[in-house]
Amino acid sequence: MSPDAAHDAPRHRLAPARVLELDPLLDDPTTRIVVCCGSGGVGKTTTAAALGLRAAERGRKVVVLTIDPARRLAQSMGIDSLDNVPRRVKGIDDTAGGELHAMMLDMKRTFDEIVEAHADPERAAAILSNPFYQSLSAGFAGTQEYMAMEKLGQLRARDEWDLIVVDTPPSRSALDFLDAPKRLGSFLDGRLIRLLTAPAKLGGRAGMKFLNVGMSMMTGTLGKLLGGQLLKDVQTFVAAMDTTFGGFRTRADATYKLLQAPGTAFLVVAAPERDALREAAYFVERLAAERMPLAGLVLNRVHGSGAAQLSAERALAAAENLDESRIVDQHAGKAGLRNSPDTYGSSEPAEPSAPASPSGPGSPAEEAPTDGAVPGDEAGHEADTDGAGREADAGRAGVPAERSVDELTAGLLRLHAERMQLLSRERRTRDRFTALHPEVAVAEVAALPGDVHDLTGLRDIGDRLAAHRHELPEGGDGQSGAEA
Amino acid sequence: MSRLQVVSGKGGTGKTTVAAALALALATEGKRTLLVEVEDRQGIAQLFETEALPYEERKIAVAPGGGEVFALAIDPELALLDYLQMFYKLGGAGRALKKLGAIDFATTIAPGLRDVLLTGKACEAVRRKDKAGRFVYDYVVMDAPPTGRVTRFLNVNDEVAGLAKIGPIHNQAQAVMRVLKSPETAVHLVTLLEEMPVQETADGIAELRAARLPVGRVVVNMVRPQVLDAAELEQIRGTPRTAFARSLSAAGLGGARRGGHAERLVDPLLRQAEEYAERYELEHEQRSVLGELGLPLHELPLLAEGMDLAGLYELATELRKQGMS
Ligand SMILES: Nc1ncnc2c1ncn2[C@@H]1O[C@H](COP(=O)(O)OP(=O)(O)OP(=O)(O)O)[C@@H](O)[C@H]1O
Ligand SMILES: Nc1ncnc2c1ncn2[C@@H]1O[C@H](COP(=O)(O)OP(=O)(O)O)[C@@H](O)[C@H]1O
Ligand SMILES: [Mg+2]
Ligand SMILES: [Mg+2]
Repeated sequence: MSPDAAHDAPRHRLAPARVLELDPLLDDPTTRIVVCCGSGGVGKTTTAAALGLRAAERGRKVVVLTIDPARRLAQSMGIDSLDNVPRRVKGIDDTAGGELHAMMLDMKRTFDEIVEAHADPERAAAILSNPFYQSLSAGFAGTQEYMAMEKLGQLRARDEWDLIVVDTPPSRSALDFLDAPKRLGSFLDGRLIRLLTAPAKLGGRAGMKFLNVGMSMMTGTLGKLLGGQLLKDVQTFVAAMDTTFGGFRTRADATYKLLQAPGTAFLVVAAPERDALREAAYFVERLAAERMPLAGLVLNRVHGSGAAQLSAERALAAAENLDESRIVDQHAGKAGLRNSPDTYGSSEPAEPSAPASPSGPGSPAEEAPTDGAVPGDEAGHEADTDGAGREADAGRAGVPAERSVDELTAGLLRLHAERMQLLSRERRTRDRFTALHPEVAVAEVAALPGDVHDLTGLRDIGDRLAAHRHELPEGGDGQSGAEA
Repeated sequence: MSRLQVVSGKGGTGKTTVAAALALALATEGKRTLLVEVEDRQGIAQLFETEALPYEERKIAVAPGGGEVFALAIDPELALLDYLQMFYKLGGAGRALKKLGAIDFATTIAPGLRDVLLTGKACEAVRRKDKAGRFVYDYVVMDAPPTGRVTRFLNVNDEVAGLAKIGPIHNQAQAVMRVLKSPETAVHLVTLLEEMPVQETADGIAELRAARLPVGRVVVNMVRPQVLDAAELEQIRGTPRTAFARSLSAAGLGGARRGGHAERLVDPLLRQAEEYAERYELEHEQRSVLGELGLPLHELPLLAEGMDLAGLYELATELRKQGMS
């Protein structure tokens, strides 16, 4: 295939997946909650913030609940103070009449607020100072997920926004967001807790006697192990929690139902890497089982290339050509003045000679001076490199020597080869996912060279999220054709 | 070299991978290491391509030169039963407790207790001796919780010794702290050359230091190869497009004139170089942030084809070459 032919080929030869249309989703007034899930580090927080900004600039009144934003991002949105309430984000384009509010979840504070809201001051103070409460609220596995759900429930109840975009806690598995709150809820409402809190109540009932024996044995054992005070702390804590909260599980269940309600849309965020997409696949399957609405997959940090027509192999071969000719030139003692064959020619039979390309070997006169003419007096160059830019000198062993154009070009080609290898790995990974889940619509977002840490960056991500195009080339070689 | 090597880092940066590579590296020359997993995820089994590990030390790899790597995935519930057994000779009562959910309760509601058991088990392995009085394991490597939790995790025995003021748990907690706060222990942090993991590393080190836990080394993982250096990037900026077009043409990639195949490659290739330069600059910044931490830095390459056993041995060799073992 000639490079030009490949270049001009339509981009969407084989649509491997449905394209996820985000603007209609964001604009739809019946969309009330968007949840961004996925395994850690894939860009959930970035995606949530970018979608929130985009929806706001398209006219909606939005609140974004972020969990662990990068410090600079939080600062630039003005949500780095930990007061656990949404703040209006300044600097957005509000010509469409929208508003953006954002907050960063403070897990402990959310927990404290529940206690304060449900207990009289005296009892609240007792709970807050209980050592078990403190360790539970500071970092029990699942507390963060539970509190994220709790906060979501609160924001929804306030009914001040017409769209809530929710980020989820960093965890290995996207499923944790769904499972952890229930685990915590059922644990706190569980049998053992009830036994601990009210063994006397159960004592009368038939068949409970054995449990009571177990209870006293256990409290005895634990008491000896941990010290009696500790166990008393647990008991008071649990009792206080139980009466104040009227059931953690009930609360968790209520928020869970919110997630199943119409108006909620899930987005699974993943990087085009094996582990992240495996997690995404689990999550997609789970959502289906729970009858929770999946809007689609955001494939974030995807690499593309403007020169995808040049394969990694050809780029490397060309780089080697340049290395070799440089050596030959040096041996011949002349500055590089070589033929520029229009096509790669005989050594690559797969490459049919491009039909009569006008760009033949340029006239030698025009070519000779430029070849080694790296402007030696450009600012910032090593001043002590004598004869800077002369190809013959650059080849010598002088350490900071200037590179010849050929060397630089070879570097560019190697860089390109690396990019193309990455690109084809990413494409294979993506195609495997779409073969497995052809029903899932996908939006691809390019990997930007730098971090995303301000509104401009978020806007850029938002544009990319909404642009209906694949960053990765469509499946073409070998095992793709995943259109099912 | 500390005998207990704890590996932490931001989630997903390669803690498990680096811990495993380090265990292999430390096992070379006939040494025996134990690789301990505390997060109940079976990450080690996955990495070594074996079935799920039971709560039992078993050999999972042989290092170059005849050393051995053993692995242990600690199950907190079973560890608690072990403890109860050890201190109270519970027998069948242990099973009854388990049935009641008491074990689950104790290890769940008191996250501290759970961590006591996990760190306790690891320290026990560090101190264990055979009949001849030699250490059973030359090194114990722990795949620890992520940076945000590791200080609390390692320090929990201090807290517990304060809560349980007497009794076996108290004594045990103090014994564990003696190991963890001594030069017998080193806590390493794995990071990537990206803003968030580097920030977390800096914060984590400050926390560890404040808690007087011994900080070891920083391992920069998944480092991408350097294709062009700063001087070359600078030179590329100063070179006319036409020169690249001619060079590409000379390399056999088509015509150099405007619209020719080679000429049309120039812009996209230069754009890629610009992106590379931006990333290079960012990585450079992150490297210098890491440099200011005043800790030995190690770098492991990104294995482009993904991780497998061969890759793991490659990383182990690299760590060894860099003097981490
Ligand atoms: N040097 C490397 N080159 C290529 N891939 C790597 C490298 N190191 C780690 N990986 C891959 O990165 C992913 C994350 O690694 P790993 O599971 O070790 O991280 P972790 O920090 O233990 O994660 P978690 O926080 O989830 O426990 C894995 O898929 C692993 O194979
Ligand atoms: N498309 C992208 N291009 C470049 N950097 C990105 C992109 N998406 C996310 N990042 C960066 O990756 C890091 C992790 O992103 P974040 O959204 O916090 O992940 P998560 O919330 O899934 O843990 C941040 O530094 C962010 O700026
Ligand atoms: Mg996040
Ligand atoms: Mg791990």
